[in-house]
Formats: sequence, structure tokens, C-alpha cells
Amino acid sequence: MICRRRGKGCRMSCESAISRREMLRRLFVGASGCLLVSVLPALAREDEKNSKGRKPMYAYAVDTSRCIGCCACMRACSAENDVPAGRYRTWIERYRVRANGEVLVDAAPEENFVFKVDPVSDAVKAFFVPKLCNHCEKSVCSQVCPVGATYTTPEGVVLVDRKRCIGCGYCVQACPYGTRYIHPVLHVADKCTLCYHRITRGLLPACVQACPRGVRMFGDLNDPESHISIILKQRRYRLLKPEMGTHPRCYYLDLDNEVI
Amino acid sequence: MNYLFPNEAHVTWTVMIVMYPYITGLVAGAFIVSSLYHVFGVKELKPIARFSLASAFVFLLFAPLPLLVHLGRPDRAFNIMITPHFTSAMAGFGYIYSSYLILVALEIWFVMRSGFVERARGSGFMAWLCRLIVLFNLKDNPATREADHRIAKFLAGLGIPMACTLHGYVGFLFGSLKANPWWSTPLMFIIFIFSAIVSGISVLIFHYFVVSWINRWKVNEVCVRTMGRFLWGFMIVAVSLELLELLSIFYEQTDKTEVLSSLIHTKLFVSYVVLQFGVFSLIPFLFLAVHALFKVSQRVAHALIWTSATMLLVQVLLMRWNVVIGGQLVSKSMRGFTDYFPGLWEKEGLITAGVIFTAPFIILYFFHCIISLFPDAEPKEHRSIRK
Repeated sequence: MICRRRGKGCRMSCESAISRREMLRRLFVGASGCLLVSVLPALAREDEKNSKGRKPMYAYAVDTSRCIGCCACMRACSAENDVPAGRYRTWIERYRVRANGEVLVDAAPEENFVFKVDPVSDAVKAFFVPKLCNHCEKSVCSQVCPVGATYTTPEGVVLVDRKRCIGCGYCVQACPYGTRYIHPVLHVADKCTLCYHRITRGLLPACVQACPRGVRMFGDLNDPESHISIILKQRRYRLLKPEMGTHPRCYYLDLDNEVI
Repeated sequence: MNYLFPNEAHVTWTVMIVMYPYITGLVAGAFIVSSLYHVFGVKELKPIARFSLASAFVFLLFAPLPLLVHLGRPDRAFNIMITPHFTSAMAGFGYIYSSYLILVALEIWFVMRSGFVERARGSGFMAWLCRLIVLFNLKDNPATREADHRIAKFLAGLGIPMACTLHGYVGFLFGSLKANPWWSTPLMFIIFIFSAIVSGISVLIFHYFVVSWINRWKVNEVCVRTMGRFLWGFMIVAVSLELLELLSIFYEQTDKTEVLSSLIHTKLFVSYVVLQFGVFSLIPFLFLAVHALFKVSQRVAHALIWTSATMLLVQVLLMRWNVVIGGQLVSKSMRGFTDYFPGLWEKEGLITAGVIFTAPFIILYFFHCIISLFPDAEPKEHRSIRK
């Protein structure tokens, strides 16, 4: 018997003493509890499986032939993610090709999300292209982050840990798609998260939800029956800047060669 | 047409990131000059060897300051060392910088120990400070000097690859970014190393002349002429490498040729073509060539060397500007350019840059107050004395 108050050397008999067996039992229960608490989050992750029992691998597709440049996606993104003024998590580019081959490109400003009315009389081809973070499989931004603040989740979403980022801007320089910026208030890197807070609850990213033409598609590549998996099997698509070797997970359907 | 990706309207790396490679370049260059004497036995550089080592040390102390000013969250700066992410080239900065700082500090300690001991034997605060620096060990005899010399030589030898690593690494930070057509070249780190040596020699010549004029010391003729010749050689290599880089861009005719050609002909025309190459490379090249190849009087030689060194200091600063800022002016859409010029009083503005650049010179002055950086300096002979 070990005295609770005075330890092993205590020879007094008191009610607070516990047996060695009891002490070991309590230690075992405590340790098991700790182990369970540390393992629980991992077990919870296991629950994030698709209908086929595999972990999801999220991807994004943009059908450029359907976009009408309404910018509902930009508005939704800005409202959902509190995007700072003058910075963009997503934007829409307008391409107009003139008869002489000249290409005019502009983007909708974030002040009013409306393209400037600027008719081009001799345009032979015109289209809109939504842009956003490509959530690359081999993301350069994750590679160059000196403190590991940029990382890829198991579902393939590239995120920034705001509590870890030092705001050096190396990732902004390294991103070939110009989708990153330094948050003017928080002074850390910021970018599209694919609305991670929504997709982990089974919702769609705000831009996908808001698009009235179904231009933007989001889904799980590991689920062969998902809409995005079927679309990518059936349609031709292109990746942006494939020569960078970043293996983007943002697929562009019917993309014109003028788009960089 | 001019189209930028919307987030590119803001230039992320400002004049502070111009100052950072500029200052580390001065460090690497000054250190290599001191090693030419300590390791390679170029005796002609003895009068400036101690000064060059001290300059390297003091500039090294200030090298991370522009980075700290630039960081969005400087309070997390040490995370680079505490939680490094080793796939990033930048993660090596803390380790490369601190190990080089320790090495230079140790070398200075061994090179100047006997000087500190001599000063420590006096009285007053400076003597106490010197006693503290030599860790209260006032032993100084030929045997200790010989031991100090051997260790300093070893450290100087070790320091050469480390100096090249420190500055080559800075070039690698830029050269390895494949997203930027102006930066992405394997030549970048070699260009940075040679331009660093040019700037290091230049700052030493510039400073040595100024200090000698202020103190009315005799400028060591052999020393400055040797430095002038080294400067000429290294500047030829540095400028040739840059021109070779340009040649390969234009000769290869890849997708980046068109946009980089526009960049050079428009946004960078004045700072790159006219100033960096046209004025601040060509004139020093000609001046130093005249000094090296023709027999000129002492007065003319000094004027040529000092003017060239001063101009090359500006040339290297322009080179840093054209690399760091020039690269960010090109849109990753390959369809347009942005603009940037730093403000005067803003956090990352010209005044801050000026203060950061001036501070090492002030610290060097205090260093000189503790221990003479020019032990061999002789006062100028006055005409009246000669008579």
C-alpha cells in the first residue's frame, strides 16, 4: 500500500492509501484515454471517404465554352472568403481575337465585377476563361515555402497555414499562374482554398455553387462515377502551362491556344 | 496590349530585396579580397587585408536586415531555422548565413587577437572591452601569433567556398524560379558570384581612398594598383556572363524571347541597357583597361581606379535592381508589364534602404576606433617636409 499523502515511506494507516494494482489500473486507463484522444482525429479522417470507400482526390474543371463572363463566381468567392480589395482568389479573363490576329485580353475588375463595355468591331473570336489556383499535384508554392506554411491536404487541396506563414512572398513569385498574393492586412500569403471549409462539409465551393451556366465543376477524381471523372473521360481538356511540370488539378475544357 | 494577371499589379519583392543581394555581394567580395592575402599570399593586398575582413563582417551583420524589414511577419523570422522546410531553397538561409557569420567572426578574432591584446593592456572602457573580446587571455608572443595565423589561414580557406555558397545561393533563389522568365537561368548564381566579387573589391577601393583622403594617409600604390587589376579581370568575367545570358535568350528564340525583348527595350531600357551596360560597365572597363595596359601617372591611375570602383558599385546595384525588380515587371501572362518605383518614406522605401546601406560604414568607423583597420597606414608627406 502506498500512502497518497506521504508516499512510500509512510507507515501510518489511513483511508487515502491505494493498492499498487489499483494504481496500475488507473495508469492504464489514463494512458488508454490519451492514446484514444490522439488517434481520434486520424480515425475521423478515415470517415472522409467517397462512396467507393476511397479517400477523395478533389479536382476542378472549367468548361470555357460555356462561360458568359457574368462574374457571379467572383462575387460569390469575394463574399464567401472575405477577399481583400484589389486581390483576387479567382477572376475571369475576356479574350477577343481581331481579324488581324491581335489578341485583346482583360479581366473583370473586383470593384464592380463587370467587364468594361468596349466593343471590338472586327473581333472574329471571343470567349471568357475563369482562372483560379490550379491546386497542382507538384505545387511549386509548397516546394519553395521555407517554413512549410503552404501544404497539400490528403484530398489534394493546396492550402496556406496563416499561423505559420512568414510573409516572405517566395510562393507568390514561384506560382506560374499568378494566383497568390500577400494579404494586405494579415501580411501572409493568401489564395484560393477551393472553399475547404465548405467542401469538407460536403458542400460545393462557392464559385461552383454560384455559376449559373455550370462552367465550373468540382468533384472527386477517385470516384469514377463523379461528374468530373465522367466529364474528363468524355471531353478534351488542356492544362495551363504544362511545361512548368506542376501537374495542375484544374482542367480546362475547350481551351483556346491563346490562353496562358 | 498590356495584360497582367490581376494579382500582379502589386510588386511583392521591393527595394529591400534589391538591397539584400547587394549587401551579401559586398560581404562575399570583401571576404574574397581578404582571402587573396591570407590564403593565396597576394602580399600586395596586405594594407587592406584587415579592413576587407572587417568590412565583410560588418556588412554581414546587416545583410539580413532588409529581409527582416521586408517580411510580412518578421516576428516569425526564426521559424526558418526552427521549422525549416528543406524542399525550399530559402530554408537554407538561416543555416548558411549563421555558419558563415560564425566563421567570419572567428577569423577576425584570430587575425586581430594580438591587436586586441595590445589595446587591452591599457586602461579605460576600450581596454576593458578588448580584454572581454580576447576573453581575458592577454598572452601574446611569437608562438601565439603563429598559432593565430595558422588558424586564421585555415578559416580563410574554408570561408572562400562558404562565401561563394552564401552569394551563389542568393543567385540560386532567383535562378531556380521557373515561373519567372527573366530569372530562370542556371547562369544566375555564377553571375551573382562574380558580380559580388566586383562589388566587394569596388567598395574596398572606394572606402580605402575616401578614408585615406580624410585622414591624409598615403594611399598604398602597389595595393590599389593590384586591386585595380583584379577589379578589371573580375568585371570582365561578370559582364561577359551577363552578356552571354542575354545572347542565349535572343539566340534560342523560345517563347520567352519576345516578352524579354520587350522588357529590355521598354521598361528596362534606361536602367539596364543605357545605365548598367552603356555607362556603368563600359566606362569602368575602359578606365581600368587604360590603367592596366598603359603606363599612366600615379595621380591619373588613382583617379581611374577610384572612379571605376565607384561606378562599378553603382553598376552592381543597377544589376541587382534590374534582376529583382525587372523580373517582377514581366507578367506571368506573358502579355504585359507592370511598374514599380519605391516611395521615399514608406517602410520599404528609399530612406530605409539608404539607412541600411549607410549603417555598416558607421559601425566600421566604431570598429576602427577599437582597433586600427589600417595598421600600415602612413601619413602623407607634406611638401614642406620634403623640402
